[in-house]
Amino acid sequence: MSTAASNPFALTAAPKVKPIAHWHDRLAQGLLIGVCAFLVVFLLAPLFMILIKSVEDKSGAFVGLRLFQEYFQTPALRLSILHTLSVAFAVTGITIPLAFTFAYALTRSCMPLKGTFRVIALTPILAPSLLSAISFIQWFGTQGLLKWMLGGASVYGPIGIIISSIYAVFPHALMIILTALLLADGRLYEAAESLGTPTLRRFFTITLPGAKYGLISAAMVVFSYTVSDFGIPKVIGGNFSVLALDIFKQVIGQQNFNKGAVVSLILLIPVLVAFVVDWIMQSRQQAQFSSRAVPYAPKRKTGFDALMFCYCLIVCLLLLAILGMAIYTSFIKLWPYDKSFSLRHYTFGLVDGGVISSFFNSLRMALLTAFFGTIMIFGGAYLIEKTRGMNGLRAAIRMLAAIPMGVPGMVLGLGYIFFFNHPDNPLNGLYHGMTILVVVTIIHYYTSSHLTAVTALKSLDNEFEAVSASLKVPFYKTFFRVTVPVCLPAILDIARYLFVNAMVTISAVVFLYAPDTQLASLAILNLDDAGEIGPAAAMATLIVAASTTMCILYAVITRFLLTRTQAWRRPVTI
Amino acid sequence: MSPVSIAAPMREPFLRLEGIRKTFGRFTALETIGLAVERGELVTFLGPSGCGKTTLLRIIAGLETQDAGTIVQGGRDISRLPPMKRDYGIVFQSYALFPNLTIFDNVAYGLVNRRKGRDEIHRRVGELLKLVGLPDSGAKYPGQLSGGQQQRIALARALATSPGLLLLDEPLSALDAIERLRLRGEIRALQQRLGVTTIMVTHDQEEALSMADRVVVMNQGVIEQIGTPQEIYREPASAFVADFVGKVNVISAVAEGDNRFRVGALVLNGAAGADAVAPGTKVRLYLRPEDIVVADVAASHANAAQGKVTKVEFLGAFCHVTVAIADAGEQLLLINVSRHSIDRMNLAEGSALRIGLPADCMRLLA
Repeated sequence: MSTAASNPFALTAAPKVKPIAHWHDRLAQGLLIGVCAFLVVFLLAPLFMILIKSVEDKSGAFVGLRLFQEYFQTPALRLSILHTLSVAFAVTGITIPLAFTFAYALTRSCMPLKGTFRVIALTPILAPSLLSAISFIQWFGTQGLLKWMLGGASVYGPIGIIISSIYAVFPHALMIILTALLLADGRLYEAAESLGTPTLRRFFTITLPGAKYGLISAAMVVFSYTVSDFGIPKVIGGNFSVLALDIFKQVIGQQNFNKGAVVSLILLIPVLVAFVVDWIMQSRQQAQFSSRAVPYAPKRKTGFDALMFCYCLIVCLLLLAILGMAIYTSFIKLWPYDKSFSLRHYTFGLVDGGVISSFFNSLRMALLTAFFGTIMIFGGAYLIEKTRGMNGLRAAIRMLAAIPMGVPGMVLGLGYIFFFNHPDNPLNGLYHGMTILVVVTIIHYYTSSHLTAVTALKSLDNEFEAVSASLKVPFYKTFFRVTVPVCLPAILDIARYLFVNAMVTISAVVFLYAPDTQLASLAILNLDDAGEIGPAAAMATLIVAASTTMCILYAVITRFLLTRTQAWRRPVTI
Repeated sequence: MSPVSIAAPMREPFLRLEGIRKTFGRFTALETIGLAVERGELVTFLGPSGCGKTTLLRIIAGLETQDAGTIVQGGRDISRLPPMKRDYGIVFQSYALFPNLTIFDNVAYGLVNRRKGRDEIHRRVGELLKLVGLPDSGAKYPGQLSGGQQQRIALARALATSPGLLLLDEPLSALDAIERLRLRGEIRALQQRLGVTTIMVTHDQEEALSMADRVVVMNQGVIEQIGTPQEIYREPASAFVADFVGKVNVISAVAEGDNRFRVGALVLNGAAGADAVAPGTKVRLYLRPEDIVVADVAASHANAAQGKVTKVEFLGAFCHVTVAIADAGEQLLLINVSRHSIDRMNLAEGSALRIGLPADCMRLLA
């Protein structure tokens, strides 16, 4: 397009032929500009505001890097960096081997109950991260049943943060590693076996290198999740300071927004590094997998299978013990003194306490996020992948869509305060409303959903749009008649993902809610703050129940669709 | 017989390309392509992968935009028109059938949008399915058909709206050998019956030669030769064409003037019209393996030579016999010999063989 400057023949060459755009193309391009504008306003602008605020003082005067200097001169704040990183390293170092062994058992052994183990291992996704913190307080806290196991150490502090975080991140790591192990090429193992390669050597020369990128990618996800999360340290961290909590304290506690901006930029650094590493690993993993690979089929080995079964059983029992304790707490009178069954935490604590509305707020927010987010994200991915023209804009949107994965929720939320609370912003009216909660949640979880959509779209024949155009059928008709029906499983997957995450999200929305738009996850935080651990557990239980219902609904709908409306997927030969 | 005559009253061809140029970054995909396609003709673009044939087809379809040049179809300048405003049907190598729609809905896809009545659509789809030989497949889904059947449906879909131009992008490449052969004949018969102007891209020379009225041989973004299959095979315009279409022996020789060429100790008479070459010029002579004579070569035969069989490769109906010509500095020649002749002459590795190189079959190319 603009190679005139670099092209020495530009002066003599005739002007390039400019195609006449059909109004369909113009429509698609208009929508594409809309998607880009949405991401610029709701992602780029808020992040940019953080940069600006970090070099200003409270009155808005430019102070350069003075705030950063002050920050590093405060020993307590400096300590937070050390705390944050050491906790994140510990969580990563423990979770990855745990998840790898679990994934290895699921893919490489012939143990029974694989499906059940897998479902149980993924349940932590349905729970707000605060649930595990509450549960560990019940198990190991001052009144804890297993307090003696800590041998005098307190669960409030790094220990509590680390074990609670492990519970929360375990399923995320498991899913990534599971995918990496499933991609293994069975032919490699057959070749190794025919060469008489011993099992251990096969593990180190085939399995581990094959899963390498998946392991690194999982480690990066775990690391940035732990660094970014502030709910767990808030509930179980005691006086142990971490960066995410510092932002919260600066903004909510001291109303020092500029300092908050500085801390959030510092928090952004490790997350961005992890994000970039993960991005590189993902692209390498894709290149590594050849389409001709044959899936690996494990063979029965009694000793190994039994060992793996025991391991998975123990992990699953631990996971259930954590989830179960929170649910149990919500249904008894008072831990550990009166363990009789009671619904008072629900009736008295939530309904009479007037907090139940926050649960319905969460439901509404999650449904709106799932609905509009899916339309927005799938539609955007479709426009990028399947329409014509404006290639520069396409590349820009692809980059924008990748950013949210590398931005902690608190940083995004803080950016929203700066940008939307600004009196000169015409979108100022959104602040404190339900809309902004929905939008920030869509943006926060944009990247994963976008990648799901792109993968689904890429698996479609590239020429559908060309064929439609040759048949004079407008692209939007083909979108609704072909693209959407064929991609329906992926679309439902995106909707479910957005719903479940919207139910538990906390860091992105903590700065943005108003009393009448308080969400369930925030209510847990506030109830816990007030020492109301029973109602907090009840609220967490409600969230788990809602997300579980949605997942079951998803499973039922998907199965129904696959058997009924998607009859064409089955290659029936008559 | 020849569909070309239909366009006789008007000299303007149905499709005319002029000065089409296309670059992708620094890579020149097409270099000033000019081409005229007559009404009712089947033209194939033949060339190795990366020669620009598919790019040219996509430019005609409006799926890519040329950097320079004009395209006129049916008297209308379509150079800048979007695909929606052009008049063609297209079939891709991947079939690109909509997997969630029945065969009926696939074929009717372009008809529904034209606000045709339901009965009319039903009649037309039925007609088309019959035309491609799959009259009872309307209720099935594409995934339930074989590759060849799917490609027939894709063809029916492309023809449904009766386009003026049919574009086929390697339509047979994804099929197995038997299906390919069968569909090749079917497509050609259908095209001749309907008289629809057709452009087909292929890298398979046999496909191009057997189906086309005219073949456009392309290489590295330029047209090497345009001609009937006979012309392309018998009178290749360039070394590339001679080598790419069919097998060919290349003999390096030195011109001696008077239409004679020296190869080692051997002197060959060249084809008529080759006498313009100045003596001493190094030239290359091209000779097809099937043109070399092996049976009953008399001593008096012009361009006769004595050789020794170095290899016999059995290919079924005939054999590839490699012969080394001692007089010509051990020059190797590939000869097609029928199995029958092999048996009769008792040819095997090491046999002595007298061959004749017919002067009228020999071509001289730069």
